[in-house]
Amino acid sequence: MSTYVALFRIRFTNSLQYRTAALAGLITQFAWGFMQILAFLAFYRSNPQAFPMEFSDTVSYIWLQQAFLALFMMWFYEREIFDTIESGTISYELVRPYELYNRWFCQSLANRLARAVLRCLPILIVALLVPEPIRLRLPASLGQFGLFIVSMFLGLGVVVAFSMLVYIASFFTLSSTGNRIIAAVLSDFLAGALIPLPFFPIGFRKLAELLPFAAMQNMPLRIYSGNISGREAFYGILFQASWLIILIVVGKLWQRQALKQVVVQGG
Amino acid sequence: MIELQDISKSFRVAKRNPGFASAVKALFSRQYETVHALNEVSFKINKGEMVGYIGPNGAGKSTTIKIMCGILTPDQGSCIINGRIPWQDRVAHVREIGVVFGQRSQLWWDVPVADSFVLLKDVYQVDDRQFQHNLDELVALLDLAELLKTPTRSLSLGQRMRCELAASLLHSPQILFLDEPTIGLDAVSKIAVRQFIKKLNRERGTTVILTTHDMQDIEVLTERIILIGKGRILLDGNLPELKKRFSHEKTLRIEYYGAQPQLVPGMTVIEQQAGRLVIVLETEICTVSQAIAHLSSQVEIIDLSVSGISAEEMVATLYKEYQL
Repeated sequence: MSTYVALFRIRFTNSLQYRTAALAGLITQFAWGFMQILAFLAFYRSNPQAFPMEFSDTVSYIWLQQAFLALFMMWFYEREIFDTIESGTISYELVRPYELYNRWFCQSLANRLARAVLRCLPILIVALLVPEPIRLRLPASLGQFGLFIVSMFLGLGVVVAFSMLVYIASFFTLSSTGNRIIAAVLSDFLAGALIPLPFFPIGFRKLAELLPFAAMQNMPLRIYSGNISGREAFYGILFQASWLIILIVVGKLWQRQALKQVVVQGG
Repeated sequence: MIELQDISKSFRVAKRNPGFASAVKALFSRQYETVHALNEVSFKINKGEMVGYIGPNGAGKSTTIKIMCGILTPDQGSCIINGRIPWQDRVAHVREIGVVFGQRSQLWWDVPVADSFVLLKDVYQVDDRQFQHNLDELVALLDLAELLKTPTRSLSLGQRMRCELAASLLHSPQILFLDEPTIGLDAVSKIAVRQFIKKLNRERGTTVILTTHDMQDIEVLTERIILIGKGRILLDGNLPELKKRFSHEKTLRIEYYGAQPQLVPGMTVIEQQAGRLVIVLETEICTVSQAIAHLSSQVEIIDLSVSGISAEEMVATLYKEYQL
């Protein structure tokens, strides 16, 4: 276990060093957040009844989404892992005394958390200070906030467990570009990264809410604002935990299968 | 300690003819060819031995090493190392081995070498005292003091290889696998690496299995060589004995003016360039003086030397003998 803790720690501290990248990310996320909120504001002004979420819920959703983007973005992958597989350096990974799945899981987790730590505070502070109606509301209650935190970590777990499948797929396809793009586009949309899931047409929404993508940012961001609360929030967290377990089990089995027939590239 | 019994492994390789038409065709029906990388390979290596594992490119050397490291699973056969089956008990197995793949790097590219070492310490759970002890020793032996603070990307190949060696030994492994450790190194670095490996084997009793194309490595380092070709073990013996087998052979090097000379039976060309010829002579068929007389009758000889066979020439003759 402590091997993985060490791997996590090293990756975390290493990722904390990238200040310029963090600053650039911050600026992008502010700009993006404002734009999105202003667009929604325009729609709400024209007809508030036509919308499935309260405006304030939507605003919280967007601000939190920007603050914790690093935890949930689906187009972000560990370049290093693809390189390892494509170039054959995986030989070295396999002569280390750890399970490759856990090692990659730790690395992704650490990298995302480090990025989020650097970026979330400035965004949250500004979002709490801007004038109504685009201000980020405080959570409905302390209990709700607790559920949000739990749900956020589960969501992060689901995101990482899902991207593990994309990594493992490149054992079979050699080039990872295709897998990566398809997975990124599909999951960003279905996770509610572009528009929250309640905005989907009802039939499609019902389907989307069953998929693992709904167990990513959709849950924590809606729990925070109170859009999902009480018993529904508990079920939501259970839903996330189930997907997390399923994805991890599938990933581990699939990786074992992949390693059994591994061919190391380049001799 | 290490025991391989009838290990076989084959790969499926996609093949197609060059050109656009066949590339399009390959979109719909792909042709595969099965390559038998290893064919019933068996050998036994005892604790503390230093073994040179040689063979031409594509003979199956790296595949064997990867099976012994637990990276690849063979199609059939058994392999027991320290009482474990590497690919089934990989995590426990790799704790006790060190590996250097000469063509790849295990060091973290952008951070100082020392950081990579600390990462490895954590990965292998080496305790502080043992780590410090090993590190001090390796730094002294491999002359790394100056390099520890340098990021890997700014090291020269020779410097990097010394660091790679150190990295693979921080957890005091009992067995060290070296896959072409001297590839691309200059003469000075090669000698440094060889001396170190020799010392390691002598003083720590580490079992070393080494693949290389550099016969100097073999000559300096190993007593025993295992020759593999086309996936089969062709020869397993010690170097002095093998040399004795070839002792009736002499190497003749000549430099000459004139057209390329005709050869007589008993002469095998190993190397030829314009005006230069290296010939292995079977003295039972053609004596040295006969050979010189024969050659000088045809060309103007400028320079000539006769020597016993070197490891390099011996292997070249072996490859020819087995038609590799």
